[in-house]
Amino acid sequence: MSARKDIFARLKTTLDRVHNPTVRYSGADQRIQDGSPALIPERGRSEGPAKTALFASEAERADADVRRLAHMADVPRVVKRILTEAKITTLKAAPDQELQAMDWMDIDVAFGRGEGSDHIGLSVAYGAVAETGTLVMTSGSNAPTTLNFLPDVHMVVIREQDIAANYEEVWDRLRADAQSDAQSDAPQLPRTVNWITGPSRTADIEQTLLLGAHGPRKLIILLIDAQTS
Amino acid sequence: MSQDPKCHDFQRGAKKALDDERLQMLLGRTLENGFQKKRLQGMSRLPEYEQLRDQARDLKDHVLDHLDMYLARFEAEVTKAGGQVHWARDAAEARDIILDICLQADAKTVSKGKSMIAEEIGLNDHLIANAIVPVETDLGEYIIQLRDEPPSHIIAPAFHISKEQVAETFKDSHTHLDPDRDLSEPTTLLNEARGELREKFLRADVGITGANILVAETGTAMIVTNEGNGDLTQDLPPVHIALTSIEKVVPTLEDATLILRLLARTATGQEQSVYNTFFTGAKRPTDIDGPDEYHVVLLDNGRSELLGSEFRDILRCIRCGACINHCPVYGVTSGHAYGWVYPGPMGSVLTPHFVGIEEAHLLPGASTFCGRCEEVCPVRIPLPQLLRNWRVRAFEKGLLGGAQRLGLGVWAALARRPWAYRLTMNFTIAALGVLARRKGSFKRLLGAGGWTKTRDLPAPQGGTFQSRYRKGER
Repeated sequence: MSARKDIFARLKTTLDRVHNPTVRYSGADQRIQDGSPALIPERGRSEGPAKTALFASEAERADADVRRLAHMADVPRVVKRILTEAKITTLKAAPDQELQAMDWMDIDVAFGRGEGSDHIGLSVAYGAVAETGTLVMTSGSNAPTTLNFLPDVHMVVIREQDIAANYEEVWDRLRADAQSDAQSDAPQLPRTVNWITGPSRTADIEQTLLLGAHGPRKLIILLIDAQTS
Repeated sequence: MSQDPKCHDFQRGAKKALDDERLQMLLGRTLENGFQKKRLQGMSRLPEYEQLRDQARDLKDHVLDHLDMYLARFEAEVTKAGGQVHWARDAAEARDIILDICLQADAKTVSKGKSMIAEEIGLNDHLIANAIVPVETDLGEYIIQLRDEPPSHIIAPAFHISKEQVAETFKDSHTHLDPDRDLSEPTTLLNEARGELREKFLRADVGITGANILVAETGTAMIVTNEGNGDLTQDLPPVHIALTSIEKVVPTLEDATLILRLLARTATGQEQSVYNTFFTGAKRPTDIDGPDEYHVVLLDNGRSELLGSEFRDILRCIRCGACINHCPVYGVTSGHAYGWVYPGPMGSVLTPHFVGIEEAHLLPGASTFCGRCEEVCPVRIPLPQLLRNWRVRAFEKGLLGGAQRLGLGVWAALARRPWAYRLTMNFTIAALGVLARRKGSFKRLLGAGGWTKTRDLPAPQGGTFQSRYRKGER
């Protein structure tokens, strides 16, 4: 018997002994349909400007550097300042349409996936979660996952209107997008969905907290105000 | 290392740990002054924590009742998303499946994210025996791999190693670097490891990670890391293998979210770990990065037997490490004494199942039944009860030593005869009282050497519990 058949037979024998198989099987289908009954904590139910403020303060708590920008068009200017401070002239940016259309002045910008030699990377977040100051990044043709992990400094643009109060709202949005994008009959999540809460860290040496283990040493969030973008 | 358990040697391992002052210092720093405090801080920021624990317990129980159903759905969804699912009945099958995938990919080196399942099946030794070089990329795992040691904790595998020892290990291993370089600071050590491992990430032919949770609805698997090593492991090589076990599946993305609201908070007190990565299938035609090939290896290794046994509740475990962090026995013996992959209370329940109660019968005994493990478990596993179940099995198999059996026999005889019990207790207490005279404690006492070696034994005072209870002291 194949391992698969064998494992399923064992599970079925054990479980059918205790429960009625018909009820059991329809119960699982129904459960996926109905969704999780779990509660969403109070902190995950913020609204309006309080939601944005909560996102920023939770992200800072996780050692992210949050900068608020009035307009999307301000991004190159702020990026330029960060590059100058770091004494770096090159930028690796996600091949996002909006980023590609920007005036990058004298910055030596390349668009593409992350490489081992990247110093500073720039991505656009799919969304964010105010509850814990978490960015949500998705992979795709204009969003390389490698750029989230390889640069020393990772800058991420998040539009205020894309900040959700809780994770559940982001899952709903991803499901809706998967459905509207679906060419085939099987709507799918992007290959990766990354929740990122602060810069990379480790406490593996004598429990001393150190930032920048394998991923970025610094996470800079460029938060674009809603009313003006 | 997982292939030859040393659980029968628990007492020797424990003694060695107790005599190791440096280890005792690191244990105190890591547990009582580290994880325990951080968990309390994390809990204090989430008023709904207790409610979420109940819901997580119920979720896992529901999953266990429908495990075959959710696994079938998970498999179907992974396949739709361009991944391949492999089933392994036991450790040997899982090792062979992974070796096959590596050989197909003509792999020379494999980068590895931290995976307790890989430890459980002894994967590294198997790869090395077949001329494939596995590189552990979690900093703690990397350090112990260089030192050829097993992990001492499921989430802090190298906590038992001092920074001086790490420096020595790096000087011995990174021989192409200046031998006189200064490695006295943790930051320098981290930067050196980061540089060494960066090259290895970029060159690896296959990446192997574990998975913390599987989502049936979408065929998604997810991993939790703070370093980002798991992500570099799965994004850079052309082949990604996720090695995991069958009890990790949940119905929906929101169910995974429930577990994630508890996992990091309970483990390290963080709101979330830095990187929670959900991955579904292989690289899509329009993606600009990611692995071309994606495999999930689902391991049973006796879990389907646990499901129908009195140990079923252990399958709720989400591997947060809280029971380990709060166990007074682990708190002095550390992880190596347990002699196999999983230490502490959850380990003492799992290990006898994996390596046999004959080998591991001392582990269920390595508990005071103080109940802290159950108290802190985010999915409310009744760990003391499960340990007790193993003690019963060990007793039935006649695995206890003669002295223990005799002691239990005497106790049982007394407990069944209240008059004899009362008489014996009254006599013993009176005798000890006389012997201790006015000092009130013993520096030495025949038969209690284990206790008096490190502290005085207080003499009983004021009669037996029963006599005082009857007199109205309550």
